[in-house]
Amino acid sequence: MSTFSEKTTVYQANDSSFPRELEDEAIYILREVASQFEKPAILFSGGKDSITVVRLAQKAFYPGKIPFALLHVDTGHNFPETIEYRDWLVNKLGLELHVRYVEDSIKQGKVKEETGKYASRNALQTVTLLDAIEEFKFDACIGGARRDEEKARAKERIFSVRDDFGQWNAKKQRPELFDMLNGKIELGENIRVFPISNWTELDVWNYIKEEELRIPSIYFTHEREVFERDGMIWADSEFINKSEDEVPYKTQVRFRTVGDMTCTAAVLSTADNLDDVIGEILSAQISERGARIDDKRSEAAMEKRKQAGYF
Amino acid sequence: MDILRIATAGSVDDGKSTLIGRLLYETNSITQDKIEALESASKRKGLDFLDLSLLTDGLIAEREQGITIDVAHIYFSTPNRKYIIADTPGHFEYTRNMVTGASNTSVSIILIDARNGVVEQTKRHFYISSMLRIKNIIVAVNKMDLVAYSQEKFEAIKAELLGIAEQVSFEGQTLQFIPISSLYGENLVRKSAETPWYEGETLLDSLEKFSTQNSELSTIQARFPVQHVVRPKTEEYHDYRGYAGKIASGTFLVGDLVEALPSGQISKIKTIEKFGTQLESGNAKESVVITLEDNIDVSRGNMLVKVGEQPESRKEINAKICWLDSQMLTVGKTYLLQHGINRVKAKVTNISSVIDIKNMSLSNEAPADGGLKLNEIGWISLKTASPVFADKYEENPANGSFILIDESSNGTVGVGFVE
Repeated sequence: MSTFSEKTTVYQANDSSFPRELEDEAIYILREVASQFEKPAILFSGGKDSITVVRLAQKAFYPGKIPFALLHVDTGHNFPETIEYRDWLVNKLGLELHVRYVEDSIKQGKVKEETGKYASRNALQTVTLLDAIEEFKFDACIGGARRDEEKARAKERIFSVRDDFGQWNAKKQRPELFDMLNGKIELGENIRVFPISNWTELDVWNYIKEEELRIPSIYFTHEREVFERDGMIWADSEFINKSEDEVPYKTQVRFRTVGDMTCTAAVLSTADNLDDVIGEILSAQISERGARIDDKRSEAAMEKRKQAGYF
Repeated sequence: MDILRIATAGSVDDGKSTLIGRLLYETNSITQDKIEALESASKRKGLDFLDLSLLTDGLIAEREQGITIDVAHIYFSTPNRKYIIADTPGHFEYTRNMVTGASNTSVSIILIDARNGVVEQTKRHFYISSMLRIKNIIVAVNKMDLVAYSQEKFEAIKAELLGIAEQVSFEGQTLQFIPISSLYGENLVRKSAETPWYEGETLLDSLEKFSTQNSELSTIQARFPVQHVVRPKTEEYHDYRGYAGKIASGTFLVGDLVEALPSGQISKIKTIEKFGTQLESGNAKESVVITLEDNIDVSRGNMLVKVGEQPESRKEINAKICWLDSQMLTVGKTYLLQHGINRVKAKVTNISSVIDIKNMSLSNEAPADGGLKLNEIGWISLKTASPVFADKYEENPANGSFILIDESSNGTVGVGFVE
């Protein structure tokens, strides 16, 4: 049925270089955040995108210090490698880190732990995030989301206004003209800022390579206990409810995206360096979020989470 | 690697999504799982073809109603450059979205259904592209397969559009006509055997050759709006004072004599830096830190320009404006005017005329109902609380536009082009 069964020519994207204009644009955005807001924070997950954002912030204010704190919403189901990396980075750059735990939101009865085969704390972290924003009175939260990741995100603004309840209203977005950013808000509202909106997955990897950034080891090949479910490779851990026929085995994998252990699938890989990682992405038949279990819930999974205040 | 930014717009059925889908597909920018997802979603909708609009219509409401509501950004690349497409909806708040989507682009692709020829939408698209001074316009006459690749049909559309171009085009704007079929990929990436009478390039070949907006902005007068003053106050950088910002236009060199606006104080550029690396020069769109030889009065919102190249200091601004809000713009109302990164209060003193895009004519009277409505374009005068150092939009697009912010809603309600 495909109208597109036949390609008329073969074009191969290449890994030649990173478009520096994207860095200039992101730095401009971060400088606007520092000037337009009282108390901005970077939402830090330990994934490659938020690592990129921290690097950009470092460059934007050099030789001054990064004028943003980091906020990490810890689901309690993180890869230990990500936490190690986070602490290393915070220490290296002398950053202020705030960690808030989904576990605490559960204990306070604000959210209920999911049950069943697909139980995850990914959706629950929205409540913890909104509470943390209120607690610290953050008026701008900088995230590493990109428009190429997912089609609801393709409609996201660079300065995205959220109401008192953290909600995103796709129909009421402010038009963004040229590079003029309007961050004016009322008390209680806040803005989510996406400085790498226009980057693709490949841009991020090329940037990490050119900047020689250290990243968590789970992005490279390693041996891990995994099992298969729904055609995806899941990392085995105590946080996942396996059925009897889901038998774990050891194999060489890496992660293409890093959420928590219940929402991120692994890919078979032997890539142990950035060139090989980039090579794998160039030839991959599966998109980046194809390995995100959280997006597989429905076609509108991302938009619904964003409406509720997800970043 | 450079980036070419493109705007596409057109009516719902003229095959825009298919065109974009084709470009993504042929440049290997869409993965197998996305194509498979499209196939199953198309089947669910009972379609027997791949509905590529499902790729770009990211919102629940868009898929439900089968229309595009908001601007979507789509990315692809070739070995030569990276492309960003701002895809704007065909019907919903057309002008507002089109102006928003096209505001950063250097190429506008106007799609025409070969069967229908030039429609009102086409004129609007052409007019807005020219108002924004988008340098390259590609008129893609699509669905040529449905008119048997008729050269006659193609030439007729071309002639009609050239007539419109005479009224709205500006000097230096290029206009290209390409007969295509998005469905079959004719003249998109591969030259079509169906149109032997067409001697021009394919769509992608044209795109690969255009110069980017940045390279053009670098050749005009230099403007540096100061975003942030870097003062580390550490032992190592005790007296360091750097001005961080993105060069709006032109090129600055180390040693250039610059004037700070509004203070009028003059100094010399000591360094141009990027993360500690010292550069000899900085070009348009580059985010840099500039340090000066002397301690002069410069703060956020100020502008550095080369001595002898000052923009006009304006407290009264005449501008063409596109209104983006459901609440009318009216004479006497005060807004916050944001020019680049600088904000001042501004009062509307006059609305002189409104444009009728359908007939490509101006009414030389104030609007009958006293204001400018959503999606209307008109000419207004503003008085500002303090001087704005803006250029005419046609001379310097990077320093000649502004937005209006309604202080009661904080919304961005209008975009203006300084005359």
